[in-house]
Amino acid sequence: MKKMRTFKTSVAALALLTVAVTSGSAFASAGAPTPPKQDWSFSGLFGTFDRGAAQRGFQVYKEVCSACHSMNLLSYRHLAGIGFSEDEIKAIASSVEVTDGPDDEGEMFQRAGLPADRFAAPFPNTKAAAASNNGKAPPDLSLITKARGDGSNYVYALLTGYKDEIPHDVEVPEGGNYNAYFPGHVIAMAPPLSDDAVEYTDGTKATLDQHARDVVTFLTWAAEPEMEKRKTMGIKVLLFLLVLSGMLYAVKRQVWRDQH
Amino acid sequence: MSKQFKNPVLNWIEYRLPIFSFIDDSVGSGYPTPKNLNYWWNFGSLAGFVLVIMIASGIVLAMHYTAHVDYAFNSIERIMRDVNYGWLIRYIHMNGGSMFFIVVYIHLLRGMYYGSYKAPRELLWIIGVFILLAMMATAFMGYVLPWGQMSFWGATVITNLFSAIPIVGDSIVTLLWGGFSVDNPTLNRFFSLHYLMPFVIVGLVVVHLWALHEHKSNNPLGVDIKGEQDLIPFHPYFTSKDLYGMAVFMMFFMFFVFFAPNFFGEPDNYIPANPLATPPHIVPEWYFLPYYAILRAFTKDFFLYWPVAWLITAKLAGVIAMFSSILLLLLLPWLDGSKVRSSKFRPYYAMAFWVFVIDCLVLGYVGGKPAEGTFIVIGQIATAYYFAHLVIIIPLVSRLERPKPIPESISAAVTAAHAKQAGE
Repeated sequence: MKKMRTFKTSVAALALLTVAVTSGSAFASAGAPTPPKQDWSFSGLFGTFDRGAAQRGFQVYKEVCSACHSMNLLSYRHLAGIGFSEDEIKAIASSVEVTDGPDDEGEMFQRAGLPADRFAAPFPNTKAAAASNNGKAPPDLSLITKARGDGSNYVYALLTGYKDEIPHDVEVPEGGNYNAYFPGHVIAMAPPLSDDAVEYTDGTKATLDQHARDVVTFLTWAAEPEMEKRKTMGIKVLLFLLVLSGMLYAVKRQVWRDQH
Repeated sequence: MSKQFKNPVLNWIEYRLPIFSFIDDSVGSGYPTPKNLNYWWNFGSLAGFVLVIMIASGIVLAMHYTAHVDYAFNSIERIMRDVNYGWLIRYIHMNGGSMFFIVVYIHLLRGMYYGSYKAPRELLWIIGVFILLAMMATAFMGYVLPWGQMSFWGATVITNLFSAIPIVGDSIVTLLWGGFSVDNPTLNRFFSLHYLMPFVIVGLVVVHLWALHEHKSNNPLGVDIKGEQDLIPFHPYFTSKDLYGMAVFMMFFMFFVFFAPNFFGEPDNYIPANPLATPPHIVPEWYFLPYYAILRAFTKDFFLYWPVAWLITAKLAGVIAMFSSILLLLLLPWLDGSKVRSSKFRPYYAMAFWVFVIDCLVLGYVGGKPAEGTFIVIGQIATAYYFAHLVIIIPLVSRLERPKPIPESISAAVTAAHAKQAGE
């Protein structure tokens, strides 16, 4: 009976842990308000990326964010992960010019982008990026949702957190913008999104909220492209281990029967 | 000595290299084990199991990793994105570090609760403390390898601690860095040592097991083995029990790998290292937080610092205290003067033990918070208590407390328990 209790305790501990983990990171950062929890297609143990939202999010990134923000860790071929077809990827890649070389004469040359190329960056290097942006380079967005605490909710809160009414205890200097969720509340980035910032081809209503949701879905995928595979495999692994534990427990009881 | 088999090939090998009897005497039916071990005794074999997982996953990661400041971060992201199942191997290795410390801390606390460090197992315990130290060095250097912001700034803060040592401090820091700041030579030597240290740990584990096999496992009653009636063979009893424990533990481990892989990590480490931008809060990994709290407790107005204030800086006092917090454990077999091992028969020691566990948790909590306001005071009180437990409470309680009567032998206690159960 005692053994059974031990087993039950471990199961209960595991369940408790699930609650603790899914209800948010234990190490939330201080200094800015906690971003409200959003209902994401990719949250939860079975969550997957909403392909439509991720593709629209890519459009938002391409047409708005990519003017300042690079995504150096991604190649165009990776876009297959959010449902773009091979031809679509080729078309997207070929829309940019890439410097390649040196060729047999030792010269660098320009060519159309290929699926294997990295996302074209807006600036040749971080110094150039800083020089064009009041001395501070806009961060690369490849990992942005993993590089901030509670990243997806935070980026969404940030993108929708520009308020016209500035609380009087916050001083916003020249070239700064007030943002309710940015640590310190003064952010260099001007409000990037607004209603109808991007014209969606699939007929989705182009509101600020929609843009923010879509681009966060895209960025979360970009930071964790393995997530769907990870969760599907995880369910199988845990189920397997559950059965294995049960069987090994039975073996253990059988072996120990003459000792009890 | 050597075994006899029906199979002539096995006999041929056994006659020349008695490996089968060696295995059997180590983890087989030839190794007698106290019959009353509870589930807390699973954590030793679990630790060995995690060590193997760490070495296996680490060797694969090293095949794809580039130890250079310009490529390290991106090479890890290549593992995450383009290497087949690279994300799985890396998340196993990343979370495996935390799992290793969870398992080893439980293993260590089990030893403290049941008095496993006492004669004749003092060396077994001491080797264990060395294993913990080797693990810490390995984990610290491993955390530097992704070359994220926390890697870089953690390395900077921790290596800088050595500069507090008088006269030779700065030279030691230069030697650790391989230059005048944390840079490419630092990353290279850390990678080299991070690959070396696990095998040092394996060596220490072999010696740890050697010492263990000499006097066998301690047990929940803490009484000596009196004879055959107290023992059961390791195989199949504890092989089956350990395997069951491993499967349950794997559920815990794999839950994090697949569903919360970055739970134990810091978001800042997904930002590439930038020597020009200091993160607002530099915190070590969770398993170092209690020591970090002890380190930071030593300020000019901390009363434990006053007696040595004329001699050394508060920083040096903090560094010494941090290292002593672990090194003091080496003396535990002699700090504890009680002849009785198990806390089951030492109610006051048991109480002190649980307060100590809570104190360590408080230290860990404070270590993760910014050093300001009440956190400083709480950290200082918890630090003072940590040392008071080891050098005052344990020596006094163990010498003053009158333990409850201990059972004659393991089998006598087991039989009595069964009789009681049957009577109910």
